[in-house]
Parts: sequence; structure tokens; C-alpha cells
Amino acid sequence: MAGGKRRKNLLRKFYSFSCCKASFQEEHSQIGGPGFSRIVFANDPDCFEATNLYYPSNYVSTTKYTLATFIPKALFEQFRRVANIYFLVTSCLSFTPLAPYTAFSAILPLIIVIGVTMTKEAIEDFRRYRQDYEMNNRKIKVHVHQRDGTFEYTEWKNLRVGDVVKVEKDNFFPADLILLSSSYEDAICYVDTMNLDGETNLKLKQSLEVTSDLHNDSSFQHFEALIKCEDPNAHLYTFVGTLEYQSRQYPLSPQQLLLRDSKLRNTDYIYGVVIFTGHDTKVMQNATKPPSKRSKIERKMDKIIYLLLSALVLISLIGSIFFAITTSNDIKDGKIRRWYLRPDDTSIYFDPKEDAIAAMFHLLTAMMLYGYFIPISLYVSIEMVKVLQVIFINQDREMYYEESDKPAHARTSNLNEELGQVDTILSDKTGTLTCNSMEFIKCSIAGTAYGQRVSQVEKTMTRRKGSSFIYVSDNAHQDYPVQGKPAIKGFNFEDDRIMNGNWLNEPRSDVIQKFFQLLAICHTVIPEVDAESRKISYEAESPDEAAFVIAAREIGFEFYKRTQTSISLHELDPVSRKTVESSYTLLNILEFSSSRKRMSVIVKNKEGELLLLSKGADSVMFERLAENGREFEDKTREHTNNYADDGLRILILAYRKLDEAEYETFNRKFTEAKNSVSADREEKMDEAAEMIERELILLGATAVEDKLQDGVPECIDKLAEAGIKIWVLTGDKMETAINIGFACSLLRQGMKQILITLEAQEIKQLEKKGDKESIAKASRESVIRQIEGNLQRNSSSEETFALIIDGKSLNYALEDNVKSMFLQLAVNCASVICCRSSPKQKALVTRLVKNSTRKVTLAIGDGANDVGMIQEADIGIGISGVEGMQAAMSSDIAIAQFRFLERLLLVHGHWCYRRISLMICYFFYKNITFGVTLFVYEAYASFSGTPAYNDWFMSLYNVFFTSLPVIALGVFDQDVSARLCLKYPLLYQEGVQNVLFSWTQIIGWMVNGICSAITIFFFCTIVLQHQAFRKGGEVVDREILGATLYTCIVWVVNCQMALSVSYFTLFQHIFIWGGIALWYIFLLAYGAMTPKVSATAFMVFIEELANTPSYWIVTLFVVISTLIPYFTFTAVRVRFFPMYHERIQWIRFDDRVAESEYSGEVRQRSERLIMAGVSARLEAKVSQIRSRVHHAVQTL
Amino acid sequence: MNNSYAGPSSASADASATRRNSKRPKYSKFTQQELPACKPILTPQWVISVFTLIGLIFVPIGVASLFASNNVVEIVDRYDTECIPKNMTDNKIAYIQNQAINKTCIRKVRVPKDMDQPIYVYYQLDNFYQNHRRYVKSRNDAQLRDEKKANETSGCDPEKTAANGSPIVPCGLIAWSLFNDTYTFTRGNQSLTVNKTNISWKSDRDHKFGSNVFPKNFQNGTLVGGGSLDLNKSLSEQEDLIVWMRTAALPTFRKLYGKIEVDLKKNDIITVVLKNNYNTYSFSGKKKLVLSTTSWLGGKNDFLGIGYLTVGGLCFFLAAAFTVVYFVKPRKLGDTSYLSWNRTGTGR
Repeated sequence: MAGGKRRKNLLRKFYSFSCCKASFQEEHSQIGGPGFSRIVFANDPDCFEATNLYYPSNYVSTTKYTLATFIPKALFEQFRRVANIYFLVTSCLSFTPLAPYTAFSAILPLIIVIGVTMTKEAIEDFRRYRQDYEMNNRKIKVHVHQRDGTFEYTEWKNLRVGDVVKVEKDNFFPADLILLSSSYEDAICYVDTMNLDGETNLKLKQSLEVTSDLHNDSSFQHFEALIKCEDPNAHLYTFVGTLEYQSRQYPLSPQQLLLRDSKLRNTDYIYGVVIFTGHDTKVMQNATKPPSKRSKIERKMDKIIYLLLSALVLISLIGSIFFAITTSNDIKDGKIRRWYLRPDDTSIYFDPKEDAIAAMFHLLTAMMLYGYFIPISLYVSIEMVKVLQVIFINQDREMYYEESDKPAHARTSNLNEELGQVDTILSDKTGTLTCNSMEFIKCSIAGTAYGQRVSQVEKTMTRRKGSSFIYVSDNAHQDYPVQGKPAIKGFNFEDDRIMNGNWLNEPRSDVIQKFFQLLAICHTVIPEVDAESRKISYEAESPDEAAFVIAAREIGFEFYKRTQTSISLHELDPVSRKTVESSYTLLNILEFSSSRKRMSVIVKNKEGELLLLSKGADSVMFERLAENGREFEDKTREHTNNYADDGLRILILAYRKLDEAEYETFNRKFTEAKNSVSADREEKMDEAAEMIERELILLGATAVEDKLQDGVPECIDKLAEAGIKIWVLTGDKMETAINIGFACSLLRQGMKQILITLEAQEIKQLEKKGDKESIAKASRESVIRQIEGNLQRNSSSEETFALIIDGKSLNYALEDNVKSMFLQLAVNCASVICCRSSPKQKALVTRLVKNSTRKVTLAIGDGANDVGMIQEADIGIGISGVEGMQAAMSSDIAIAQFRFLERLLLVHGHWCYRRISLMICYFFYKNITFGVTLFVYEAYASFSGTPAYNDWFMSLYNVFFTSLPVIALGVFDQDVSARLCLKYPLLYQEGVQNVLFSWTQIIGWMVNGICSAITIFFFCTIVLQHQAFRKGGEVVDREILGATLYTCIVWVVNCQMALSVSYFTLFQHIFIWGGIALWYIFLLAYGAMTPKVSATAFMVFIEELANTPSYWIVTLFVVISTLIPYFTFTAVRVRFFPMYHERIQWIRFDDRVAESEYSGEVRQRSERLIMAGVSARLEAKVSQIRSRVHHAVQTL
Repeated sequence: MNNSYAGPSSASADASATRRNSKRPKYSKFTQQELPACKPILTPQWVISVFTLIGLIFVPIGVASLFASNNVVEIVDRYDTECIPKNMTDNKIAYIQNQAINKTCIRKVRVPKDMDQPIYVYYQLDNFYQNHRRYVKSRNDAQLRDEKKANETSGCDPEKTAANGSPIVPCGLIAWSLFNDTYTFTRGNQSLTVNKTNISWKSDRDHKFGSNVFPKNFQNGTLVGGGSLDLNKSLSEQEDLIVWMRTAALPTFRKLYGKIEVDLKKNDIITVVLKNNYNTYSFSGKKKLVLSTTSWLGGKNDFLGIGYLTVGGLCFFLAAAFTVVYFVKPRKLGDTSYLSWNRTGTGR
């Protein structure tokens, strides 16, 4: 393939093209009907009929907005928020005489807030546009119809349906194409669909036979064809169509369909016809928005906003009632009372005779005035803060994985704070806890066990069984690079008996030969030969397949070439003892599926023997053995049990010789099944395979180690210390799962294991009878019985439990009437492992935990089978690992390694939670402080709706003087450094139990706000009463009182922030003190403008306030006295009733002086409740020994 | 799906070998959240010193303020109830609205302490809502400032135009309800002149009230509100109006009437001849005449001084209390059950 040489393979038509010759199935008869109406004039996109069809162009736009729709659409998005609607309505009302302030001052903050959010949207969308632009302007060679047989470069966006394009190696397909021919004689091509479904293995596509000879550019000169096919849809794996070529019709299948966004690999070029363009392509039809989840805190925040809104309505009502009373009193018994208001000649808004209507109008005024209770900049501030937090997560070098060059990638910023509240982690095993790099480590051939290396689990087990304190130094592991050759990825096998060709001397060398031949032949791996070094690398669907092929190669059976019909090996000839090339004709592949749990190939060897080579899970393979093939069964079973104990993955290898007649029958049936397009195609194929996969002869078993990822046990330990429950949901069998559980410390000796399985005898017997209903009934009863029994044991005991349940039982445990019981049992267990679970079960378990416990769940996984669970959980984490990007694409946050979860949750999660919750509390605090002063002032203005402050003071309060410090808090605050977060994982419980955003906290802040407001207002008004307020005898007017009150509020609110911040960076200083300074500067600047603009605020600072001692003295007095209660309260709490983070702060503080008793206590506490993890294991051991010593002492 | 469109870079695993570490986040103190910062913690030393410091600052200020307030001499005389003929006490409104009745009234006040000049003369109104929204808005600043804009009377309803449609200058309820009681003072036989210049803010005179704007059609309507203006004086010279138009913040307020620039001695008897014109009876407001000196801190108000002393004292007390508590109970570990994060108990 390298070097672009054309291979001339003589094709055995029965494999290559037979499948395409299938007669028209019922599906094809739908063509032309509804849903199947597309007509493509191949190579003639300009013809009259084609131009009449108006298919969309190949221009793809993933942007949310266009230039024209941006304004209306983005605005609409903004005003979907209740608070923003409220502000919009008040802004509109502010143009009426109802408004207590000028219209412009009311609109400006809204404009700023909406403007900032929209700018953010615009920038994000522009980024998308640039990506699109790059994509749309990629070049592609397209056949020029007018000129004969030449291909010219054009941009992707110019492609039309019907164009013939030439795609070259390693390029993306520009649209959905029908493959016409390729550089290969048999018109196949390899396709990388990484971007589509995340699968890393290459897929094989093949064109129809009729078009396969169009090899040259010039052959398209007169090419003309008509394609009729289905309408655009989102199904990636189905396609129905026909090709009318040279007056004959040929059916088209997904086999000919090349999808946009996949990539041509290992093939020099292909020719194809564009059938779907732009947004019609399957990938675009599939495009879904990134999951949109909202965090619990934000949902609670909405509740608070509703609460405030109703409080606002309430006080407005109170105001209106008072207003109505005072207004109606203005004319009493025909006598005018407050004559200076001219109640006899007034507008409707103040008319004493129409007091009800006036009160109604006043209600609107009041609601505008008290709008300051709702922080207008809350949403936008939170959004900005979250974006910055996401940058921190993405940029964290501690979460960057060198090997795959991947940093953490948060795909949504909605869930930052939720990361700090995770109660349960649901984790996939393979690829998540383990690295999914499989290593061939042991095998059992002909009843003999080979392989001397020790698996990780074995190491952990010996470590566990041995001394509990001194960890055995890892000898085996350290010696390994010294002893062996340079390590080969996927191969960790060592046994002199069969390596280096020594297998020939083994007693059953014939079986060994067959064993490795099978490994080298029975797979779907594609070899890639490096042109220079002649080294072979393999592209495999799953890493364990690669491990097998590599193992075979290392032993001496080197698979080096695959064509459609043959597999070629370099192998050692046992007779001549020389390496010979041998080729096997590949007849059929019976593919692996999770239901079959096995795969087979049928090949013909040189001698013309027909062989069925099969490998599969032990559960399905042993029962398919022939009577005479069970020679090594007992030994092999014993070995596989041992391997399973060591946490290894086992496959049983077996083969069978076929006679021609049997094969022919099978092949007919199988091909028929394969070519059918009906719904039961799979079933039919399985049936055919079932027919032939029997009477097998056992060869042996392989054991592959699924290695734990770096740092997984430590990470799990930390998470357990943090009080997070970890559930493992895996498709593995129970033994493997349990062993991995031991390896990563989820299980330990001394834990009571609760096993729930359906492996009981009577159920097995029932299964044999095959009566589905009675099986289900018995199974259900059995599961319920087991759960109930354990529940009683569990609740009455002090011991630590671990629950292990298998897939079958899980089915019944998740049924409606059982699930609450099951959950109760599971929640009481320290560790839960669900094995043999299907993707759907994973999602169901996640839903159960999420909905029933009402706690935050986090699902982490790496494969396509975890997508359901990732999307179901509150937070979905994808591991961007070996199994492709599917999980990462559907996740909220993608990380490269499981161990990064520790930092993501304990550090980032904790910080984000703390920041956001403090931020929201503080927002409400500052707005309540401000709002309450407005309300109290109303009481002194007979509830007429006069604001206490100048219009501009009010409108800029949220935007300038007080919002920046909050943003700084949301971005920078750290209660405890990252190091200490990790050192005291129990700190994480602050988030889980939501102590920082509990209703007590929220109400506390609100009460604090109300108290501050009342203190400020009354102190100011009492001091600045009617007497002269300076030497010159001048008295206080509205402007002076307003400015003074406002000054106090700005000071108090900002100083309050300074008191609550526990991490003072330069930014905090700038924003907090800057906010105060900004207020004075504003006052100065605003007052300096002509009275036309500044109106009553003209020169208020220069002339009236700055040179008045009482202004400054009042400020100092009010600010300090307002803050003293909070300061005292905090001082007492921090010292005598510290919260957990404050205890840790004390420890940090005392570390500089001496160890305090806090540290001792905190440490003691954090150890006490851990039930899983390495430290728990150690602790259990220690207590065991203690009690033993104690016992011994007593008996003495 | 958008992200998959980031496409080729993430897909090509082999290419990444050449660009090794290309995606490694760059180190910066900002992105790694390692900015230098101080991490304040409320240690006993801090708490005690903060309280002590506040006490040390507050007590002297309190003493100074109290001293200043005590040095101010203030005479307050409520006259609205006294200046009504005995026969009309039941019908105050009729009395005040009757133009025919002479409203002159004589009050005598005794100076309790020596008063150094300048002595400020205030009138104080109670229960008068100058901060009512309708009232506050009922003016037109442009008109006051600029003679050319006399026609701009928006917002001035119902005191906008005279009967003939020509604009009222100054328009609006505030101007219309101008306070119009007058006071003259005599000590023995010596009459005390009341200086009525410079009783308003300079910025008001210079920038808000035009020196070439003269009153027009003022108080010409059927219903006369308050005082009238001298038609030959420009608005910037009509300081009573300027003072009145600075609306008060609270319903009880004083406004400067003038200054007496003569020292008064203790036990001097001041005779005040006043015209009780202004109607506060309708809305049961009070009228008071106030004579007051000022200190550096303004008029008489003990609250600030007492407040400072109280808070300062409280801080000293808290400092002492904390000291005692810290020493007596060096470390109480608080509610330890809080820390146990009871797992089963929290299942809501």
C-alpha cells in the first residue's frame, strides 16, 4: 500500500462482489416513493432536471446565527430568562411617567449586560464561523463536466450533488459520496471514521463491480449514471439506493457510501459521486448540540430569584397600600390636606379621588424602583466567571497527559460548581480504570500453562496477603526492562519453552502451532508495513486483538498481509524449520458481537483443507466443543479460573475442520442472510453461524492483562477519603471485576462481599428447560430474596459491605418494585460493582442513583458503551483514550486519565463550588442591602416612589461599583490551596452536603444584607438630620443624603467582600479598592459635568461633600459599625466553631508555628469514615492487628 | 458535533508525534491559579488588634464630636400653634387662608448661652413631604437656568401656565409653594439685621438659576400657594427661592432663612416679629423658628458623638472579651459532630 503500487489481486468473486449482487430487496422497492425520492444525475450536475431539484449547496454552517439573524435570535435567547424579561419590562415602563427614574439610566445597565452576553455569543459564533470557513474552502478535485476527463481543484463549498470527485489518500471526504472506484483493482478503500463514531479501526468500503474499472481520470469523460436513493437522514449505518448505469439497475448499500468527515486511509485515491451535500450529509444530520445540563446551584439560584421577585412584589404591594392611604387622605371631607401637592388638580397617578387606580399605577412604579433587589448582572457575571473557570480547568498542567498530548477539555461551562458536589461516581472499568492497552501475558495450550510474568493484580494480591505495612518493593516490575528485550507494546509474555522457536520441542507442538496460527489468522486486524523499516504495525478494532496478533508475531507467526480474500503469514515450518510464507484463503468472517461473544473465520489452507477457526468467551466456547475436542478441557478450565483470579481477560481458542459439502450449505445460507436487508438480517446471520460453530476442538486459552491506569488506586483512595461513593459498572465477568476491584482497592479483605447472582442451580436448570416466563419469575424471586436478606444483614451490622451484582440480576433489581430496595442496599455498601452490565443497564443504574438519591452523580467512561450513562448522569466525564472519541464527544468534560478526576473534583470542583456559591450569596447580599435602603427611604417619602439616590448612582451600582469584586471572587478565591485540598479530601464534603449554599447560608446572607441596609440608613439619617451639617450652616438636602448613603453602601459592600475573601490577590485589591475609588471618581466626574447633564448631582462632591468633615466622619462611623457585627460573628465562628475549610486554614496557619490540635483532629476525622481505598485497607489492617495484640495481652 | 469539526488535528494521532507536547498548557501563574496572594485568617492577635485599633480611633473622634455638638447653641421655638388668635384655634385653616386677617405675631425668646456670630436663622417644617415624587419632579431646570427657555414648562403641571397661556417662571409646585413666613429680630431696641445673602449653595446661584431670568406670571393664578417673588430681581438673586428649591430629603427639615451677624449674649431677650403666612395647618405640619450657631461639625446633634463613643467602647469591650476568652479557653473545638459529615443521615 505504501508507495502507491497497484496491486493486481486475482479476485475470488464470491467474496468480493457476491454480496453486491443481491437482488432487489423490499427496501429498494421503496425507491421513488416517499422518503426515498432523491435523484442524482451522476457526472451531470448541470443538466436541466438536476438544476430543478434544488439540493442544498455543500456550504456547511455550524454557526448558531447569521449576520441577519444574530440580533433577533440572540436577543430572544437573552430574554428567555425571567430576570431579563423583568428588566426589559421595567425599562419599557421607564418611558412612561410612572418611572421613578429617567428612562436612559434604566436602560443602560440592561444594554451593558445584554451587550456583554451578546458579545460573548458573537465571539463564540465567530470562532465556529472561522472553522466552517476553513472547512468550506478546502480544496477537492472535481471532474469538469464540460471539458473532457479533467479534474480540477475547487472549494468544498462549490460541490454539487452529482459531481464526480477524486479524493486522495489521507484526505477527508467533502460530502457523502457513492464510491465508484479506487486505486485498488477490486475497488475497495479503507476509511477512518474517527470523527464520526470515534472508532479507531479502519473500515472497508467497496464499490459496485460495474463501476470498479473506472480507474483513470479520463474514464469519466463519458461516464453517466443515475442514482436514486433515500432522502437525507441521520442513520450512519443504513443506506438504500440504486444505481442506473448503462441501462441496468444495481442496488446500493452502505458498503458504497463514504461519509463526510471520515478520512481515506491506506488507499491512494478514490472516485466518487456526490449524493448528499452540506446539511444533507449524514454527519450534519447527526449533529447534536453539546449536552445542555444545568447545575443544581443554578436551579436553586432560580428559586432564589423567584423568592426575591415575590418579595419584591410583596413590598411593592405594601408600598402601594400605604401610598393609597396617604394619597386618599390628601383630600379628606372635601378639604385639601397636602395642598402643596395640588391634589385637587392632579394627574391620575396621584389622584386622591381615584386612589385605587393610583395605587395600581404606583405598584408598577414600586416594582421598577425595587428592581434593584434582583441583581441584573448576576447571570452575565456568572457566565463570565464560569468561562474563566473553564479556562483554568483546560489549562491545568496537572491534568495534561503527556503521552497522548491531551489536556483536560471542558465542553460545557455549566457544570463547574457541580463538580464540587459529586456524591457518587459511576465508573466504567475498561479504558477508564484500566488503560485498555492489553498485554498478552499468559496462555494455556494443550493443557499446559505458559507465561511466567506476574500480573498487576497478582502483585497487589501478594502485597495484600503479605505484610500490611511494608509494601514489598516491586521486584518483578523493576527487573523487567533489564531482563527482557525492549518492551513491546501489548506483549508481556515470557516463557522460554515456547519463545525463540523452542515450541517445536514441546510435546504438543502441533497444538501450539495451530494455536498461534489461529491467533494470527482469526481477527480483523489490518497490517501496515512501514516502507523503510519493513516493520509491521497493526490497526486493530480492539487492543486485545492487536495483542493476539503481536503475540503470534513474537512467537514466530507473523501476519503481514491482508487482502479481501487472503491472509498471509510468515511462519516457521515445523518440518524444514525454516520461515516460509504461507497464504490462507479467507472465505468468511463471522464477526464478533456482544451477544455472540465469539468470532470465527473460515479459511482454506495451502493443503486445501477448510478450517473454521474460532475464539470466544469461555461461557460460550466450552459448550460448543466436540466430544473428541474436550481433551484438555479440565486443565484449561483450571487455568482459566486461575487467570480470572489474576484479573486477566480470557479467550478460548478452538478450531474445526469442515468438509466441502457442509461448507457449501453454510455459505449459501450465510450469504443469503448477509445480503438480505430485512430487519432480522443479524438474526439470520447468527443462525447460520450457530450452525457451523459447533463440534469444535479445543486448543487452549489466552490470558490478556488489562492494565490499571497510572495512579488509579491512589486516586480512588483519595476519592473514597473525600466521601465519594464509587460504583464500577463493567461489562466484564464477575471474577475479573472483583479482581480489578481488589487491584484498585475498592474491595479489600475483611469487607463483607454481598454477591447477587443468578448462578444458582435451580435457575440453571430452569434455563435448560427454556421456559422464559418461569425463568424470569424464579430469577426475580431469587434476586428479591437475595436483596432482602442482605438488607437485613447490612442494616444490623457494623461491618463494611461491598455489593457485587451481575447483569442478569441487575435486570431484575432495576425493575420498578425492586429498585428502591436495591438502591437502599447499594447505598449502604462502601463499594458497588455491577458486572456483565450492558450500556443500557449502565444508563439505567445511573438514572436510578440520580433520581432516587437526589444527589449529584458523575459518570465516567471512555467507550461508546458508556455514552448512555455519561449523558444520563448529572456530570458526564469522558476519557479521551484509546477507544476513540465517542465518549469524550458526548461528555461534559473530557480528561485523558482517570487519575485526573482527583484534581478535577477535589481541587477544581471544590473551588468552583465555593466560588460560585459565595458569589451568588454575595450578589444577593449586595442587592438586598441596596434595595432595602430604597424601601426604607420610601417610608420617609410617603411611599410616593421617590428614589433615595440619583438615577445614575442606582443604575451603575450593579454594573460598576460592586460587580467587579464579585467577579474577582468567582475567579480567584481559594479557601485552601490545591495541595491542602488534596491532602484533606474530606473538605470535599462541604460541597456534597452543600453547606456553602444551604438555605441557612443564603438566608444568613440575606439577613446580613437587611441588617446592613437598616444600619446604614438609620445611622445616616439620624446623623444627617435637619440641623446644619457643616460650619457654613447649610442643611442636608436629598442629594447630599443620597450621596452619603450611597457612599456608605459602596464602602460596606466592598469591605464586606474584603472580609469574606480568603485569598487576596492583586486583582482582589484592584477590584475592591478600585470599586470604591471608582465611585469617588464617578461622583467627581459626574458632578463636574454641566447641570444640564448632572442635574441635581452637580458639584455635589466638590462643593458639598468633600470639604465637609461630617460627611467623612459619618462614612467612617457607619461603615465600621455596620461591619462590626459580621466581623465579630466571623471571628467567633472561625475561632470556636470553624467550618471544615477554616480548620484546614488553621492548620496551614499553625504549620508555620507548630502542629495544632486541629490538625490532629481533622486528620483523625478524615480517616474515620473511609470504607474503601488503600488507606481504608491499611486502617482495617491496623485495627485488626491492634485488636489481636489487645487480645493477646489480655489472654496473657 | 461542532467540536468534531475541530477535526483533523485531533484525529491524526500519528501527526501528533511530530508536534509533541503541542497542547501542553503554557505555564503562567494566572492559569495555574498560583498568583501570589495573602491569605488572611482571623487570628486572635488580628481580632484583638483590630478591635483595639477601632476603639482607639473611635473614642477620640467621639469625644471631639460630642464636644463640638455641645458647643453649639440652639434656640428652637415652635410658633404655629401660638400665632393663632385664640378665637380661631378651632379653625386654623380658615384663619390661614383668610387674606384679610393680619398674620403678624410677636414671639420672645431668651438666649440660653452666649452665641457667637454668625447665628443662623432657620425655619423648620414638620410633616412636609418635599421628597414626594410628584413634588420633586414638578420643576423645570432648563427654564430656571436660561431666559430663552421660559417656555419649557414640561413636568410643571399644574403650575405650568398662567390663565392666558403664557408660561409661569419659575414653574412647578416647588416654586409655587415657596415658604413665605417672614421674621424680624430685635434685641431690646436694637434691631438685628438678618443677612439673606449667601444662604444658598454657590453652584446653585451660579449655574442653576440664571442671572437674567426674571419671574413671570408667578402666583398670578386663582389659587395662590406660597410666597411671591420680586419681579425685578433675577432668580439667581432670589436666594429664598433657591434654598427652597433644594428639596429636603426627609419630611422634617430646616431651611436657612438668613444669618444674624451679631454676637448674642446669655439671657438676651430677642423679640421676633413674624408673619405667620404659610399654611401648615392643612396637613398638620409644625413650624419652628431656629436660631443656631455651628461648629466644625455643623449643627447640634449629639448622636454622632455618642455613637462613636458607644462603638469605640464596644470595640474595647470586645477586644477585652476576646482576650479573656482566648486566654481562658485557648481552644474550644466547637461542635465536633459537625465534622462527621454523617453520611446516612443526609439522605434527604
